[in-house]
Amino acid sequence: MSETFVAGTEGEPGGPGPLARVTARCREILGPDAVITDPVRLRTYECDGLTYHRASPGLVVLPESAEQIAAIVRACNEHAVPFVARGSGTGLSGGALPRSDGVLIVTSRMRRVLEIDLPNRRAVVEPGVTNLAITEAVRDEGFYYAPDPSSQQICSIGGNVAENSGGAHCLKYGFTVNHIEACEIVTPDGEIAELNRMDAGYDLLGAFVGSEGTLGIATKITVRLSCTPEAVCTLLAAFPDIESGGRAVSAIIGAGVIPAAIEMMDRLAIEAAEAAVDCGYPPGAGAVLVVELDGPLAEVERQYHEVERLCRECGAIELRVAQDAAERAAIWKGRKSAFAAVGRLCSAYLVQDGVVPRTALPRVLADIDELSREYGIRVANVFHAGDGNLHPLVLFNDEEEGAAERAAIVSGRIIDLCIEHGGSITGEHGVGVDKSRYMTRMFTDEDLDTMQLVRCAFDPDNLSNPGKVFPTPRLCGEAPGVRKGVHPLVASGQAELF
Amino acid sequence: MAAQTAEALAATGVTIRDAGPDDDVAGVKPRWVALPENTAEIAAVLRTASEHGLAVVPVGGGTKLHWGPPPERCDLLLDTCCLNQVLEHAAGDLVVRVQAGVTMGTLAETLARGGQELALDVPDPDATVGGTLATAVAGPRRLRYGTARDLLIGATVVLADGTVARSGGKVVKNVAGYDLGKLFTGSYGTLGVIAEATFRLHPLPADRRWVTATYPIAREYTDEHGERHFVNDFPVDPFQVIGPVATSTAEPSAIEIDWPEVLFGPFTVAVLVEGAAAEARALAVRDLLAAHGAEATVSARPPAWWGRLPGEEILLEIRVPPGEIATAMAEVSSAAMADIKARGSAASAVLHVALPADVAPDRAAQFVTDVRDGVENAGGRVIVLTAPEEVARRVDRWGRIGALGLMRRVKERFDPGRVLAPGRFVGGI
Repeated sequence: MSETFVAGTEGEPGGPGPLARVTARCREILGPDAVITDPVRLRTYECDGLTYHRASPGLVVLPESAEQIAAIVRACNEHAVPFVARGSGTGLSGGALPRSDGVLIVTSRMRRVLEIDLPNRRAVVEPGVTNLAITEAVRDEGFYYAPDPSSQQICSIGGNVAENSGGAHCLKYGFTVNHIEACEIVTPDGEIAELNRMDAGYDLLGAFVGSEGTLGIATKITVRLSCTPEAVCTLLAAFPDIESGGRAVSAIIGAGVIPAAIEMMDRLAIEAAEAAVDCGYPPGAGAVLVVELDGPLAEVERQYHEVERLCRECGAIELRVAQDAAERAAIWKGRKSAFAAVGRLCSAYLVQDGVVPRTALPRVLADIDELSREYGIRVANVFHAGDGNLHPLVLFNDEEEGAAERAAIVSGRIIDLCIEHGGSITGEHGVGVDKSRYMTRMFTDEDLDTMQLVRCAFDPDNLSNPGKVFPTPRLCGEAPGVRKGVHPLVASGQAELF
Repeated sequence: MAAQTAEALAATGVTIRDAGPDDDVAGVKPRWVALPENTAEIAAVLRTASEHGLAVVPVGGGTKLHWGPPPERCDLLLDTCCLNQVLEHAAGDLVVRVQAGVTMGTLAETLARGGQELALDVPDPDATVGGTLATAVAGPRRLRYGTARDLLIGATVVLADGTVARSGGKVVKNVAGYDLGKLFTGSYGTLGVIAEATFRLHPLPADRRWVTATYPIAREYTDEHGERHFVNDFPVDPFQVIGPVATSTAEPSAIEIDWPEVLFGPFTVAVLVEGAAAEARALAVRDLLAAHGAEATVSARPPAWWGRLPGEEILLEIRVPPGEIATAMAEVSSAAMADIKARGSAASAVLHVALPADVAPDRAAQFVTDVRDGVENAGGRVIVLTAPEEVARRVDRWGRIGALGLMRRVKERFDPGRVLAPGRFVGGI
């Protein structure tokens, strides 16, 4: 089977279709209240955080254990029904976009923190536990879980593992993959396996984290806990324009300082945040930088003086330092609300997640500005400047004829700019369904075919979140030279290619 | 047959020579050595090898070639020594792209000229980038910077059939596609040949301090007959020393342990603090170390043993959760015999144990089994990195592995003809 086929809803003549059989099996496994088939309720799962890709799932199940998930997946295998895992549904690449011919496995009933082991600096959690809940469980003991995606209050750790989520502080502390010690997974053929960083053998854990649900479903996750730093210093620097802000970023990194975070917003993003949350950023600024330093107090003090000097040398018109937690929150408020705030400027927007080498930032931002003017489409920039991860918000009025198309062109051209400069099409949101079409711009067929070997090793039948990450359907040949003719279901008219 | 194969290899245009006495791989002699100079040449060699059913073992500096089991077959050694270019050092982006045959020492020198470093402090500067990745070797500073898989941001690999594939890229933050670099890191050459690697870099630290202190593991007592005895019951619990330093606000970059005589001898803890205000932070660490009754000293230079493996004849790697370092040490100590040395990254809970070359094979195997029982119970693993065949065949080299079936399936997909380093890895992969 492959993702190119959608089984006909009628199924085999004279019998229930595959999905109906899986539904019946899931009721046996889970009991009726954990199986959703009502179309109205199904529709609440039709998209994740990226709302312009929608598909009502064929079936939603709410398992409570790895064994239940394994049994569901085995049932899917038996009837060749695809399945998609979903945590909190906050993803921004359509990674959890359901299949109308498949099962959506939602981990929202798997929210137990199973173990907190401070001497070993780790916690074992179920996949539905929210990112922030881990930190909240250990904060009083002087620990925290480092990766901090903007959605950390609601996003699930299982989703973080699937997407290898980042966040503002990954400049210094790395991504999800750097903080996961082990995962129990249900493999795409329904076995339970443990991927442990301590094991000899291939680093399957490293391959699994960030595989966007295509290599199986994480059912138990061992995360590493970090120690709360002694000191945190957050400063806001306002610049007359984005170029001088960009120079300051380069100067800071060039001086050997690696802040926990360096975030930048451009004029449009600042205005939007100001209007929405009254964050009190310096009026008239063409760009603001939020720089957060953390670590041992003595080190932070020295770095602060360095950063302050460099910002002034690069033309900062105003500098503010948070004196306490409340002021720190105020500085972050504008940045954290920026996406929603920009959303109020316009009826619709596209958000990109491209990455460029840090030194290419000024050039790429100038090019984006050019594109914006050429197409008459406004672009607000809010981004992780320290690691060159852009989040251009491409604004358009969805009632204006042709605006959505022009926005899509601008958005695609921005991705091309990132690739031209040796960057990536996605820094933290994942490829999902949204960016799979750009994969061929970044990778050759040989690159993608080689990645596909991993997929085929885990999921030869292509049932685990099919249609994500990879641009075109790629089959796992059972043996070299297998003939790929027309699928019998297509030939008999019971399925169609799309 | 051999003449035809030799002709086909010659036709690739790649420099091929007959293997000499120094070219054996863990005791297995190859017939030829190929010396490719670029990625395309690696591909040409592998394609030809695949077509002619040759088994290929990639080699870099050869510093770890005796690690792991001997290959089932080895016809061709693929030596990456001519792939020795630092291709791009983008200092402003803190990124470097190198060919696999560059040695870690050469790379460090190149980067230092730009005030930067790859924070992967391997034990042997003659090891190459490719070999370091293939064996996933790391050093003391893994505590702060992670290991090779955490610092590698892009890789170009060549598969057995000559397919050249890239993953990752030149930017640190990148989640596009599967991370093949992680899969190849620690794969012992069994999935493909690493041709190029791109790493994230760090600025060279402004300043460094090492704080050291030594603790006894044994107590002396006199019995009722007036005879003196030693008991190794760890009067100072190693975790009580290491734990508070690891979580201290001084944020050390490495916490190492040196334990030259595990039977009754003391262990030394050395802590590296680097960056701004290193001296002040080192003094804070000194107070923590001194709290256990030891004299702790601060120095601008590392101890002589810093970052080196304790031995190379029979070498084990013990990995435990960080809170279990004392358990690992107690297991080593209670199973120990004379002349066993241990050293390792205490806070990252990796301990290397070296057995003397002349130990009886049965005795060595028993030691591995005894230590492994206790360590696996504590959630850890014991891996035999290298051992003479007469020892190795008496033990399981790799210990408990949670997903061996999946690993076999990955190997089957990447190298169905078992061309690459057959038998060199876990489960006979």
